[in-house]
Amino acid sequence: MTSFAPSSALSPAHGAQHPELAPLTDIDVERIRNDFPVLHQTVNGHPLVYLDSGATSQNPISVMEAEQEYYEQRNAAVHRGAHTLAVEATEGFEAAREKVAAFVGAQTDEIVWTSNATEAINLLAYSFSNASLGLGGPAARRFSLGAGDEIVVTEMEHHANLIPWQQLALRTGATLRFIPVLDDGTLDLLAAADVVGPHTRLLAFTHGSNVTGTINPVAELVALARRVGALVVLDACQTVPHLPVDVKALDVDFAVFSGHKMLGPTGIGALYGKAELLADMPPFLTGGSMITTVDMTNAEFLAPPQRFEAGTQRISQAIALAAAVDYLSETGMDRVHTWEAQLGQRLVAGLAEIPGVRLLGPGLGVERLGLAAVDVAGVHAHDVGQFLDDAGIAVRVGHHCAQPLHRRLGVTASTRASTYLYNTTDEVDLFLATLAEVAPFFGVTS
Amino acid sequence: MSDLQQLYQTIILEHAKARHGAVELTPLAEAVALGAAGGLRVAESHQINTTCGDEVTLRVSLGAGAETDAAVTDLVWTGEGCSISQASASILTDTLRGLSTASARALLDNFREMLRSRGKIEPDEEILGDAAAFGGVSRYPARVKCAMLPWVAFEAALIEAESH
Repeated sequence: MTSFAPSSALSPAHGAQHPELAPLTDIDVERIRNDFPVLHQTVNGHPLVYLDSGATSQNPISVMEAEQEYYEQRNAAVHRGAHTLAVEATEGFEAAREKVAAFVGAQTDEIVWTSNATEAINLLAYSFSNASLGLGGPAARRFSLGAGDEIVVTEMEHHANLIPWQQLALRTGATLRFIPVLDDGTLDLLAAADVVGPHTRLLAFTHGSNVTGTINPVAELVALARRVGALVVLDACQTVPHLPVDVKALDVDFAVFSGHKMLGPTGIGALYGKAELLADMPPFLTGGSMITTVDMTNAEFLAPPQRFEAGTQRISQAIALAAAVDYLSETGMDRVHTWEAQLGQRLVAGLAEIPGVRLLGPGLGVERLGLAAVDVAGVHAHDVGQFLDDAGIAVRVGHHCAQPLHRRLGVTASTRASTYLYNTTDEVDLFLATLAEVAPFFGVTS
Repeated sequence: MSDLQQLYQTIILEHAKARHGAVELTPLAEAVALGAAGGLRVAESHQINTTCGDEVTLRVSLGAGAETDAAVTDLVWTGEGCSISQASASILTDTLRGLSTASARALLDNFREMLRSRGKIEPDEEILGDAAAFGGVSRYPARVKCAMLPWVAFEAALIEAESH
């Protein structure tokens, strides 16, 4: 196996280092698997091989127990009411924020709960949109966009980090530009230096691609943005679950990630924003729980993060997400990263041996996430996925919410295997062996 | 036969490659004008399966005659997608070409009912012909849309053509 030098773009998150623990092995992973009930079942007569954690991850028992414990013992509305349960629910909810913040190196009040990462990006886009209408007063002018301003994204973005910016451009008259992707699935950094120019107000890009597994050079991109005074939004959905991420070390202005991709429940995600930026942003969703004083024509808003958390919150989800963070921290994010990097390289090495299979993204030896998307010549991704499912292997097929990237790479759809800390080398090997049977089954000769 | 072989019957895999009726479509306005000159009503429908991005554009040429006995004179299509959707388009053109609109609709209803039955309705080969090969698909709810895609396009194009 290829070994990996830690990338300069990755810094150990607070409390996530376990230098005393040896790297994960298949024996450790077998133990980890015992914590995930869903993995112990047969699908279509075969033991389930779950290789779709890039879409959604599975939950350890501790996460489900945390949610159940909350509903059995402490269920109440947070930040209102003075009764005992309300106090306990509020404490659990805010302790969860503290834990998740520490996990990514943020201050506690720099984490805003959202329903998912998509909502977190929309929160930003709508807050900036509101600022562009003059809401938020002079302090919010730094977020105001109009004709002549440019928003820059990349060609490899998930639709969640593309469409909200397209829509923001349409609402404000700003122009959307993008950093192109090279044939190998990495960003064209030479072009990036031109695209990010004097009119750029905002640069939004993904930390790690959900299709190619590419890990983008955050420091380099942040430097381009800083040069022109643009804000930086990082989509960290594919990295926070899989590597140590420290938003302060990365020096991004905003970052988003989702709970269900990091062993947590669905229905919760988070927006990180630098405190001084969140403080100047006008709210997106408005209503209860985000105000100080209200009269019939006006309202004053709370400080962040409550300013951005209107309505009854995702309390059980936040508490369960904190349990997921505990699980990851106890395992050690550096160990998770190293294990998945090994699986990723094993995938890439194995795929190169299968005739007619084209890997999307960087090849062997290049740092990547523990996932691989492929095109099987002559067989549509849906058919590939069906064949794998028949063998109990769950993968993602389709465009993975990244149509422009697929188009750029010359395919309409691909088949993606994505690993997590509970996947074994045997599972990766079984996936590879089964994938090799696909073309013969469909009568495709290469 | 395994479930998978039941789903991917030989006839389906063959049609996915042969793609009967698949052509490079001429511009619609041209085809409509040309059809009108020959007494045909031409219309098309573009359908996308949003879960996988599969696409089919199917063009119908409808002969003269009262609505129910007007003949489906010609069917051509273009598209991209999985073997189920592509084979379905190919078999559709073989199966429906030449039928009256009433017969085509009856066959379409039968096909749809069979596909939505989750394997409970055995396909009637007498009625469906080669389209009966999609019986295995009905046990895979996620794939029913793939098989239906060109048929939905046919249904929409037919309504459009009849309105001309």
